[in-house]
Amino acid sequence: MLEVSGLCVSYGSVEAVRDLSLKVAAGSVVSLIGPNGAGKTTTLNALSGVVPVHGGRIMLEGRDITRLSSHQRVAAGVVQVPEGRLVLAGMSVRENLELGAYCRPRQDIPADIARMEERFPVLGQRREGLAGSLSGGEQQMLAMARGLMAHPKLLLLDEPSLGLAPLVVKMIFDLVLELKSQGQTILLVEQNVFQSLAVSDYAYVIENGSIVLEGPAAKLAADPAVARAYLGQAGPSASAPITGR
Amino acid sequence: MNVLGQQLVNGLFIGGVYALFAVGYTLVFGVLDILNLAHAAVFTLGGLMALWLVQNAGLTIWTAFPLAVLFAGLLGLVLDQVAFKPLRRRPDTYFSGLISSIAMAIIFESLAMGVFGAHNSRFPAGTVPVVIWRLGGITITLLQVEILAAVVLMMVALTQLLKRARVGKAIRAVAENQHAARLLGINVDGIIAFTFFLSSALGGAAGILFGLYFDALSPDMGRPIELKGLAVIVLGGMGSVPGAILGGLAFGLSEVLTVAISGTSNLRDAVAFTLLFGIMLVRPSGLLGRGRLREA
Ligand SMILES: Nc1ncnc2c1ncn2[C@@H]1O[C@H](COP(=O)(O)OP(=O)(O)O)[C@@H](O)[C@H]1O
Ligand SMILES: [Mg+2]
Repeated sequence: MLEVSGLCVSYGSVEAVRDLSLKVAAGSVVSLIGPNGAGKTTTLNALSGVVPVHGGRIMLEGRDITRLSSHQRVAAGVVQVPEGRLVLAGMSVRENLELGAYCRPRQDIPADIARMEERFPVLGQRREGLAGSLSGGEQQMLAMARGLMAHPKLLLLDEPSLGLAPLVVKMIFDLVLELKSQGQTILLVEQNVFQSLAVSDYAYVIENGSIVLEGPAAKLAADPAVARAYLGQAGPSASAPITGR
Repeated sequence: MNVLGQQLVNGLFIGGVYALFAVGYTLVFGVLDILNLAHAAVFTLGGLMALWLVQNAGLTIWTAFPLAVLFAGLLGLVLDQVAFKPLRRRPDTYFSGLISSIAMAIIFESLAMGVFGAHNSRFPAGTVPVVIWRLGGITITLLQVEILAAVVLMMVALTQLLKRARVGKAIRAVAENQHAARLLGINVDGIIAFTFFLSSALGGAAGILFGLYFDALSPDMGRPIELKGLAVIVLGGMGSVPGAILGGLAFGLSEVLTVAISGTSNLRDAVAFTLLFGIMLVRPSGLLGRGRLREA
């Protein structure tokens, strides 16, 4: 589905992503994990075409999309649910969903909205309410539903469980599993490393803008180096370097 | 008493034109957080273009009006491409955009001066038939009614566009968060260009109506309205379309009432701008607060 090779992104003189390569097979869930500031969001934004790419190639289903603009990427099927949700707080829940389908044929939208309101009842109950009045967990559900409204071929999820209560976190990982069972291809960025690995087929570990480790998710979950870096030291503060692939 | 009633009516019409002008300002500000200081020049060129179409091309005002509005909208596209887009990625884009829009205003005004001459001109007699009604001592002209109808029509159309149309929702999304809008697949640059088109078309329309109402057009006719327009959007709440409408009416009414009560026009601007400060003291974010464009 997705093949990234030699990706380089810099902000001014800061190289945020360096020679990064990864693959996401159709129908699989792939995790991209790593400490804060490693370049995970930058990688997703490069895939979405919202940060300029200085080198490398992005192929979607064999088609080179490296030079496509952000709205062309969405139309091509690369859809991101961003870190911090970024729901349009001043617009209604329904309008947020409608805008998720911005690149879709108009006649399909009402049926898709109905489907989302059935899957996420709270979005139906709060249809006319402002998205900004939803709780954090509800906003995350809205952001996910909004992303799904675009009928993504590849769904990019950036820290969907960040800052949410354990019950909501569980709902989100359940949703990821549900989508996976429906054949949805997902690239998942998470701080919740072990829960993330548990729902993934494959995983990459990124540090300082480069992939330092990769493998089947189950294998990485059992890897002492990953455990040392991410287990017990709880997420972001875990900066012990992982060396060797 | 009739003098007061008459002034109220006059204030309503001039306030409507201010509102139309200010809505264009506030649209661009609401979407980009940028002040387009060439808006008054577009106002002028819209009016002068309509005049030229009536006077030199022999069109009726009914044909000239939409054509001149379209022309003003196209000037908006030029403004976006030349004055704002190249600066969009600069960290100082707010300030540099302000300066480059002033530069564009000067270019537009000089062109107007070169093409139309520096003198005052007016629409040929009979452009709009002179019909006058008297209602209980208050005089209303057909022109005033047409101006008000045009203003109301455009305001309603704009409000509905922002509220219901796909492109209107995209404008509000871009106004709220450009990054999020991009991730939704919205062509942000296209939406910004369209916003400039809309804003400038409304500004041009205001220029035509202003020229018809005061029966005088000149290359510097935008000067006095430029600051008033800014005051109106501060008054109404920056970026708020209903606020700009309300602010425009309040400003127009305060002007004519001052003249009516004081008996001279000397105090007109002083009172109008003092009103601005007064409202700022009571409601620092303007009559309707900031950022309502998003909620339209
Ligand atoms: N807009 C930006 N401008 C400058 N530097 C940035 C910007 N966004 C991210 N960075 C830097 O790029 C690096 C990677 O950031 P990011 O991709 O957000 O990491 P992650 O998502 O893994 O936490 C960090 O060093 C961060 O400070
Ligand atoms: Mg991040």
